[in-house]
Amino acid sequence: MGSTLIDSLFVFMLAAFIGFEVIRHVSPLLHTPLMSLTNALDAIAVVGAIVLVGERKSEFATILGVIAIVAATSNVVGGFFITDRMLRMFRTSRPVKK
Amino acid sequence: MIELVRSQYLIEAIYLVASALFILSLKWMSSPATARHGILAGEIGMVLAIAGTLLHHGIVDWKWIIIALVLGSGIGIPLGMVQMTAVPQRTALSHAFGALCVTLVGTAEFYLQTPHVPRFTMSVLSMEVILGGLTFTGSLMAAGKLQEILPQRPITYKGQNLVNLLLFVVAVGAAVYLVLHPEAKQFFPLIVGVSLIFGVLLVIPIGGADMPTVISLLNSYAGLSAAAMGFVLHNKLLIIAGALDGSSGLILSIIMSKAMNRSFTNVLFGAFGQVQASAAGGQEAKPVRSATAEEAAAILAAANKVVVVPGYGMAVAQAQHKVRELYDALTKKGVEVRFAIHPVAGRMPGHMNVLLAEADIPYDRLIEMDEINGDFPQTDVALVIGANDVTNPAARSDQSSPIFGMPILDVDKAHTVMVIKRSMNPGFAGIDNPLYYVDNTLMLFGDAKQFVGGIVRELGGGH
Repeated sequence: MGSTLIDSLFVFMLAAFIGFEVIRHVSPLLHTPLMSLTNALDAIAVVGAIVLVGERKSEFATILGVIAIVAATSNVVGGFFITDRMLRMFRTSRPVKK
Repeated sequence: MIELVRSQYLIEAIYLVASALFILSLKWMSSPATARHGILAGEIGMVLAIAGTLLHHGIVDWKWIIIALVLGSGIGIPLGMVQMTAVPQRTALSHAFGALCVTLVGTAEFYLQTPHVPRFTMSVLSMEVILGGLTFTGSLMAAGKLQEILPQRPITYKGQNLVNLLLFVVAVGAAVYLVLHPEAKQFFPLIVGVSLIFGVLLVIPIGGADMPTVISLLNSYAGLSAAAMGFVLHNKLLIIAGALDGSSGLILSIIMSKAMNRSFTNVLFGAFGQVQASAAGGQEAKPVRSATAEEAAAILAAANKVVVVPGYGMAVAQAQHKVRELYDALTKKGVEVRFAIHPVAGRMPGHMNVLLAEADIPYDRLIEMDEINGDFPQTDVALVIGANDVTNPAARSDQSSPIFGMPILDVDKAHTVMVIKRSMNPGFAGIDNPLYYVDNTLMLFGDAKQFVGGIVRELGGGH
């Protein structure tokens, strides 16, 4: 228990630093697609809901889990879809470098 | 038994790959040239993670998982197809959905484990449902305001901050009690309920102009709640995705609050939209100079360098495609046209860029505030379309102005300023803009879309 907690905290700390470093370099041009992309990635919470529903431990948990899967999946599908639509619109007036 | 361990290792390995893909996905977002690889990486990571999860040994029933996945995809497709002008409310709605998922899973976990919830699990679980609950209702409120189902004006009442603080203390207090006394499960609905109410009350006092900060902050909360869920489930992929989303939202909120000259604590404690109240009133009818589309077209055609400053008004009037026609017409005449993008123009970070890109304006013409501000003195015409506060010179000079200190686009330094505006009404924030009364400013009264269309017609007919 104790060691998993520390492990998890290490993972969180490192991921937060990576997040800061990576996202600081995102061009302000792309802040809207960035937000819809992180939103889609965040919907990885769906894996928790899938296990919850699949294990069928209680009726109550299954019902909540099903709603959770629906909500998260709509974020995954909608989020990637709209991010891609947005990014396809960005074009430059300069010739593309080979 | 060996089978079981093997599937567990396989899942962890898949999650490891998915985590790497998620990080790459964000890294590739740094430039428009590589951003679409980023989506692909994210999608592959997501598919791998979901497929891997289905291998989980504890899963005995597939029917409902499949039904829910199909149903969710069915809802997701139309949500991915909304118009670009509706992107802010769609984003707010998806924050709500993400938070809903986290809150529901947290609630289910609690009732499965109670009354034997270890203290650490209980603390992160409380954090998960408090953040999830307030993000869920808060984001719904934000989406409602952006969709104009709810009034965009801040809804305020006396003692608002005290009530909010009290609710927050109640939620945290109940959570602490539950950590110490895990058998007191009647406290759990209280935590969830109070968080849901707190989310509503946190967002209703917020006005439209503060939406970019709020959406970013809710983005961050959604990520942190997902990370907390990862702690509860011992799922490192969730912790990583949540931490990435949390830090992304946090960075965006910091950028937004800097661009509005709010301190970050001011934002964190939800003191949005309070400056507005003090601003209205005290207006005299000062003379302004106005011009017709014909005159505006003549001035623009004679210019060498034009900078267009778009704002929320352009989005409301759906004028971006007319602006594109104007861009084409002027470029054809050899006029250099660029766009000055203030970080908080519009209703969410990057809002203007997406709208202009939708209208097919090349992104290398979209210039950030810090880069373009030095160029205004050499600019012949600054054309302001539906932007107000971000061009208000009072932010530089007038200490009594509620927006004093906020970084602005120095359009007043251009040789001529033209402002397309519906009327002299000071508008949403209620802050008067001295830019409108200076000698080199021409007011172009009318609907942004029609007026720009009028200028384009004049430019076309001039030859």
